[in-house]
Amino acid sequence: MAADPLSRVFSALADPTRRDMVARLAIGDATVNELARPYVVTVQAVSKHLKVLEDAGLVSRTREAQRRPVHLEADVLDLMTTWIERYRRTAEERYRRLDDVLRSMPDGVEPTPPSEPPSTGAPT
Amino acid sequence: MTTSTHETRITADRDVPLVRIVREFDAPPEKVFRAHSDPALLVQWLGPRRVTMRVDHYDCRTGGSYRYIHASGGNEFGFHGSFHEVRPSELIVQTFTFEGMPDGVALERVRFEDIGGGRTRLTATSLVDSFEARDAFLASGMEGGVREGYERLDELLAG
Repeated sequence: MAADPLSRVFSALADPTRRDMVARLAIGDATVNELARPYVVTVQAVSKHLKVLEDAGLVSRTREAQRRPVHLEADVLDLMTTWIERYRRTAEERYRRLDDVLRSMPDGVEPTPPSEPPSTGAPT
Repeated sequence: MTTSTHETRITADRDVPLVRIVREFDAPPEKVFRAHSDPALLVQWLGPRRVTMRVDHYDCRTGGSYRYIHASGGNEFGFHGSFHEVRPSELIVQTFTFEGMPDGVALERVRFEDIGGGRTRLTATSLVDSFEARDAFLASGMEGGVREGYERLDELLAG
């Protein structure tokens, strides 16, 4: 298990079942039984998934007697969303710059003539 | 020319530590490839805006190698790698190492696909050493997972 909290969250969310559970919990707190309902898996299997999410800090369980509803830690998820969005935005910004470069390139460019030495492009 | 914006899609593989980015461009594969292989063009878009990119060498052909430096606020970060397979307007397979972590290496593949109408679909994948390394820059399918969660929430609130 990765040491830093963010990696733990990433790892926890690498599983599609756990992502589904998180999506369900975004709607509201739910019990283990309620979480297990959409799946053809045992309550034990769901509990195992929950343990991973809990260790990552994504969900918490109250000490509320029998029911013990599972609660999504929205702040942790927000951190993730911010992070992934930032990554996506970085890639998008890079490709928008590439869009500009492509627009500025003349059409029908001849391939580099073989007589010309390969450009090392070292602007010093 | 249309000024359509194209969505950058990011996905991660479940079975191997791989990140995939898919993006379409309003230019034919020949041009998009050139913008990747000609260092004079590459420096105009690859590095982050606040960073100055200096190319040490960039020999984009099968068996070639590259090295470039990002300079930002007095700090310099070097990156280098080898070109394992280069097929003009079609494919670039290369390694990528950040010199701050010289033992680490990513295997990158950029595919240029002609989708007609003078347009190109670019698929860039990056395969790293471990899931920890991959997850350090991306959660598998997080985008979809979270978005779907919020969409379901929106639907519920609207209903």
